[in-house]
Amino acid sequence: MNEVAPQSAISTSDRIRRFLWLLAPLLVLAITIAWIAAADPLKNFNNGAPPVEAVTFERTVLNSAGMQFQIRAGGSEAMTVAQVQVDDAYWMFTMTPAGPLARGSTAWISIAYPWVLGEAHRIKIVTQTGTTFEHEIAVAVPTPEATQGQLQQQAIVGAIVGILPVAIGLMFYPAMRGIGATGMSFVLALTVGLLTFLLVDMTFEALELAAEAAAIFQGQAMVLLAALSTFLLLMAIGRRAGRPEGIALASYIAIGIGLHNFGEGLAIGAAFAAGSAGLGTFLVLGFAIHNVTEGIGIAAPMVRNRPSLWVFVALTLLAGAPAVLGMWLGSLSYAPQWSALALGVGAGAILQVMVEVTSYFLRTTRQEGKYWLTLPVLSGFLIGVAFMYVTAALIKV
Amino acid sequence: MTVGSVDPQRNGFDPSTMLTDWDFGTLSEGEDGRPLRTFEVEAIDKEIEIAPGVMFPAWTFNGRVPGPALRAKEGERLRIIFRNYGSHPHSMHFHGIHSWRMDGVPGAGLINPGEEFIYEFDAKPFGCHLYHCHALPLKRHMHKGMYGAFVIDPDPELHPELAEVARSRLHGTPENARWQELVMVMNAFDTNFDNENELYAVNTVAHAYSNRPIRIEKSRPVRIYLVNVTEFDPINSFHLHANFFDYYDTGTTLTPTLKTVDLIMQCQAQRGILEFNYANHEAGQYMFHAHQAEFTELGWMGMFDVVEQ
Repeated sequence: MNEVAPQSAISTSDRIRRFLWLLAPLLVLAITIAWIAAADPLKNFNNGAPPVEAVTFERTVLNSAGMQFQIRAGGSEAMTVAQVQVDDAYWMFTMTPAGPLARGSTAWISIAYPWVLGEAHRIKIVTQTGTTFEHEIAVAVPTPEATQGQLQQQAIVGAIVGILPVAIGLMFYPAMRGIGATGMSFVLALTVGLLTFLLVDMTFEALELAAEAAAIFQGQAMVLLAALSTFLLLMAIGRRAGRPEGIALASYIAIGIGLHNFGEGLAIGAAFAAGSAGLGTFLVLGFAIHNVTEGIGIAAPMVRNRPSLWVFVALTLLAGAPAVLGMWLGSLSYAPQWSALALGVGAGAILQVMVEVTSYFLRTTRQEGKYWLTLPVLSGFLIGVAFMYVTAALIKV
Repeated sequence: MTVGSVDPQRNGFDPSTMLTDWDFGTLSEGEDGRPLRTFEVEAIDKEIEIAPGVMFPAWTFNGRVPGPALRAKEGERLRIIFRNYGSHPHSMHFHGIHSWRMDGVPGAGLINPGEEFIYEFDAKPFGCHLYHCHALPLKRHMHKGMYGAFVIDPDPELHPELAEVARSRLHGTPENARWQELVMVMNAFDTNFDNENELYAVNTVAHAYSNRPIRIEKSRPVRIYLVNVTEFDPINSFHLHANFFDYYDTGTTLTPTLKTVDLIMQCQAQRGILEFNYANHEAGQYMFHAHQAEFTELGWMGMFDVVEQ
């Protein structure tokens, strides 16, 4: 006891000293900030040029009251919207909140403009410095509202593109149970192939959306970092109790695919709200066929288990239901940065299941003492990628 | 329509008073015994408000856009003392008859910041003219605001066959005092410098005369000195609602060049005189605007408030 007490006293004072050393750089930083703010040593760089201004249109609403836009300011200083043109004409507008827009803040602009169904309109904001920012409404249609009927209709479409194909894919399960080692390799490789397609597709989609977002979100970095963080997080969670196999692995695949379908739902919902997609039967059927392989992928790691029926139902909902959620969010409140973030998270989740399925497959082949890159594996992978690529042609408009 | 209003105090000029704000210079007797009219004009960089809340870094003559509406009488000797207080070389190029040395082009009256030049020539021919900066790049110097009206009234003694008409055009005569004379310069502004105009106007401020209609007395005839300086767009136009007018292209004749029209076109630097009246009209608000609908809705639209008396 006598020996322990002084030791702990030393370590406490040590800790305080270390804490004080931690404060030193922070103090210098605070002094630097105060000095720059007070003395303005950069004032000689002021060349009289107007401040840089940036405006991002995040949401567009068309209804019987006219047009409403949510804009986000991203300039070097607060900026003022002076006038608004619609189709090269000045229109009376109201802005809430009124007044200068601070960097990063948003406001709604409302114009009682008699927009024309199915035609294009161009909005141009003129700021105090005379800079202009344009936004195009490619096809004017009323923005969906959160009515019960509307939500139900969207839920049906979401179910057709998300839940139904996963369920159909899972129905291959009984047929898959009888397959041997070669067949198993083929199916697992097929799964990795389709996941590869989803990863590539989703990443580019996310980066494309990120480019539309306001600069302060640093969209592209946000997408990649979100994907990486999600990947590491899911890997850590998945490996808490060893490497995931069987139903656990199937669940992770379902989560990854679910996030992908959420992104797909967002895209359909947003296209629907923007009037750019008529959401024809062709498109919906395309999504359904495209997503059938997802069910096969989920079923693959469970071939050697005997899951009960409710597991299949749960997996179907896990993978398919997010499409419904995505439809709702995409059509009602669409902002590119949040869609990009969701797709980035999805890409990370897909990467995790790709790694886990591959790892599971390599372990099985090693146990059986075989070389891994056989003809069935290669053909499974290529068929998976090719099937997804070809069916994606149906849904890319 | 634009939202809000422009503060004429801050701009230092008011489109409503500009309509009748002539610069007659100072009249004296020249060395040759002829009347000598002297104007003083300064080039000044100035930020102006061209529509509510929209600021434009203009280059101006005498701190206003359009520059002062200079007015003289046919045959007078004119002397324009021009000083450049701006940040770029500038000049005053007059549309009139003069020597090459007075033309306001590079090598003849184009001066650097801080310099002075005196343009001197006779006031001829009579008519509705303009002046503008002729420094390069010309387009930029035009649309930045360096232009103004330059009106030479006819001398009735030189036009005995139409002396009555000439007198009605000559400022200071009782015949002229009857007329309600307005000077209008059709201009436009490219606020984001993409070689397309964001705003159109008469006398600079978009929608100025629809927010504050121009008061017109029914019993007195109206004469508009109209000048087009619009850059980038090939033509501009003037359309009068519910009425027709006589038009004197370039104002160099005492008989109309177009009779009974309600629309005229002008290319850049084209100008002319419009004459009409509302004697037999009901009092009320009468519109006028460019009949390019695009220009109208981007600011070039105004109203006459026609009143009894």
